[in-house]
Formats: sequence, structure tokens, C-alpha cells
Amino acid sequence: MKHVTEEELFQYREGDQKGREAVAAHLGECAECRGELARLEAVFAALDAIPVPDPGEDYGARVWRQIAPRLPEKGRRWWEVFFAPQRLAVAGALAALVIVAFYAGRVTKQPPTPVDLAKQNQVRERVLIVAVGEHLGKSEMVLVELSNAQPASGQKLINIAAEQRRAENLVEENRLYRQTALEGGDKAMVSTLDELERVLLDVANSPDAVTPAQFESIQKRIAEHGILLKVRVVRQELRTAETGGKSQPAQTDSTAKEKNKA
Amino acid sequence: MSDAVAVERTLAGDREAYRVLVERHSAFVYRLAYRMTGNKEDAEEVVQEAFLRAYQKLRQFAGNANFATWVYRIAANYAIDRLRQRKNEDARRELPSRVVEGEPETDPLALVKDRAPSPEQLAGSVQLAAKMKEALGTLTPAERTAIVMRHWDGCGIEEIAAVLKSNTSAAKNTVFRAVQKLRLALAPFAEPRGAARAVGTES
Repeated sequence: MKHVTEEELFQYREGDQKGREAVAAHLGECAECRGELARLEAVFAALDAIPVPDPGEDYGARVWRQIAPRLPEKGRRWWEVFFAPQRLAVAGALAALVIVAFYAGRVTKQPPTPVDLAKQNQVRERVLIVAVGEHLGKSEMVLVELSNAQPASGQKLINIAAEQRRAENLVEENRLYRQTALEGGDKAMVSTLDELERVLLDVANSPDAVTPAQFESIQKRIAEHGILLKVRVVRQELRTAETGGKSQPAQTDSTAKEKNKA
Repeated sequence: MSDAVAVERTLAGDREAYRVLVERHSAFVYRLAYRMTGNKEDAEEVVQEAFLRAYQKLRQFAGNANFATWVYRIAANYAIDRLRQRKNEDARRELPSRVVEGEPETDPLALVKDRAPSPEQLAGSVQLAAKMKEALGTLTPAERTAIVMRHWDGCGIEEIAAVLKSNTSAAKNTVFRAVQKLRLALAPFAEPRGAARAVGTES
């Protein structure tokens, strides 16, 4: 009789469905394998025998006392909030929007006709298109740098602190644009920015220095999501909309379906 | 105050709200940290660092996620980095001649086998716990993280893979490898030497 392997027993205990019935049937008739399973169980029982010292009821309070002096102020002053780099980019886009809207208003005859209003909307959308395009460009750059980097052979740790910081800033910027896209009902853009956020968060939450294996895994995850391709497609659409003005952001929905297929 | 409200209020600048989160989840994070590091001092440092990092990255925390799970993951990430760093430092200090680029690390199984006392020397659960603690210390940082997350905290393979920065199949293998090594370390205590048959063989 062929016995069950240790790995099969382990997967059986883990609840793995693959080959479960066969393992169960074998265990029913083989005392030796049941003994093996019992020995495996003993490992977990032995692990449970390791005590964890009780840190005490006031442990949480102690941790707070230790870290409280090291916590930076979260409620930033208004000028810090106003001049935060990621907000400046969005504020710049909004300022440009106001200026463009002002001049558009100057050259438009009064009272504005529906056609004039449509033109103003187009101008406003174009400013946003430029801003989102720049944001996607910066994100693409970070992801491309990470994807193309080749650690030197024998290198034990790879420092990605710079990319990590850039990704952190981009996450916040990304959320602001996502919110704008959501309000504008641009589902395709929301979906791309959602996916981008997940990948950026992945990078932002990685350690400052990673092992070659960890680094490879980050590269794999960027590749798995196909996010670079999606970002490039959307950027191309935005460029078309920006230069030709023929394709509007709302039209990206259909092309996004193609992109999602990719 | 729920965790979600505490996070919102912390983001709005209310430090006392973060105190609620720290006091509520410290013991939970401590258990993970202790099992991963194996000593109080390191565990306490991991807990502090996890809450500091969580505070700094709080804006990245998705409101609909679970704060406890999130801070747990930050702690696991920090603890595994720390274990790796410690392992590298120990290797440099103790085995300077063996640390060669690309050379596979010392087989922890061999260490366990060499140091394994006879069954007579091991008796009672105190010794058993000590033996298992020692065996845990011989696992690689990834194996230790995987078994701690899987066995004690019931984490899913995807969650373990995320912390190990690997795929699910590799994470599964890492858990299995850890169990195999621990079983071998336990063998002299749980079963007579040489009694365990080579599983998967014909009888």
C-alpha cells in the first residue's frame, strides 16, 4: 500500500480540497498514516505549549506613553495643509482652470449660449486632462523605474526608499483625482486610478530596503496587474483629448474595456 | 468609539483618538511580535514601531478596512525585517568565514539535530515549550513569520504571501517547510529516534 506523503497529510490538515477524499479514505484504513497525522498534530500542540508572557493590563497605556512624544502633529496648520506638495499640484490645476474660465468668459458674448457653456466645459475638462495626464506620467515613471531596475548580482539589499516616498506622495494625489473622476462619472478613469492606487500603496508600504527576492516580487506584482499598460493607454487617450479635443474623457469608457481585456 | 471613528478623528488632528487605538490593540500586536521575535524586549520594540508607522501612514489606510488587521500587517512586516537584520548580524559575528555571497544559509535542521537532547533529557511541557522555542529560533525569518501567522493567528495564505512578498504557492510551501523543520526538532521528544518512517513510501 502506498502511504500518504507528509505534504499531503499537512495539506489535508490545512483543509485543502485537492485529493482530500483519497487521503481521508487512506487514513481510514492505514493506522501508520494515522500515526503520522497524530505526530503532525503534536507539532501544533507543542507550539501551543509556548507561553506568551502577559504584558499586563496597562500595557496599551504604557505603549501610548512611550510613543506619544514621538508622534508628529497630525492636525497640520492651515498653511501646511495648503502648501502640501500633492495639494499644490491640484491647486495649480484648479487655478489654471479659474484663469482659463475667466478668459473664456471674456471672449464669450453675453448672454452665454448653451454652445458657449459647452466650450467652457471643454476648456475646464482640458485643464483637468492635463493635470491627470501629468499625474499618470509621474506614476508611470516610478513603476517603470522599479520594473526595469536590475539588482547587481550578489547584492543583498536594494534601497527603494526614494521610489517608496514618491509612491507615498502619488497615493494622496491619486485619491484626489480619483474623487474628481468619481464626481464626474468617469467610471473608466476611476477604475484605472483604483488599480493604480493599489500598486502605489504596495510600493509605499514596502520596507525601505528589500531583498532581491522581495524586489522581484514587487516587479511581478506590477507586471501581474498590467497597470503600466493601462496607465499608458489612458495617458494616450488623454493626450488625444488634449491635442485634438475630439475625444472627451467620458469616451474613455469604451476604450477602457479594451484596456481591461489587455 | 469604534476603530473607524477613532481613525477619522486621528486624521482630523485628535491625538487622544489614536490613544484609543493604541490601548485597544497593543496586546494583540504584542502576541504576534513576541511569537515572531521570541523575546519581550524585541516584541515591545516591534509594537511601538508598528503603531508609530501606522500613525505616519494613517492617510493611506482605507476607511473600510480593519485597523487591527492593518496594524498587525505593519507589525509583521517590521518584525520580519528585524529578524532578517538580526540573522545577518549574527551570521557576520559568529560565522565570518561562512558568509560568502550566494552561499546558502546554514541548514537549521542540522543545528537542531546536533543539539537535540535525548528523549530522557526532555520531559514535561516546560521542556517541550523550551524545545519548540529553540526550534522556532532556527527557522528562517520567512518560515517563522509564516507559521506564526498561520498557526496562531489563522491568517489566510494570501495575507501571509503579502507579508512575505511572495505568491500564494510559495507561501504555502514556506508554512509546510516550517512545520517539517519543527516536526524534526520535536521528533526526539514525541517519538523515539528513527521511529518516524519516511512518509510516502510503500509498506
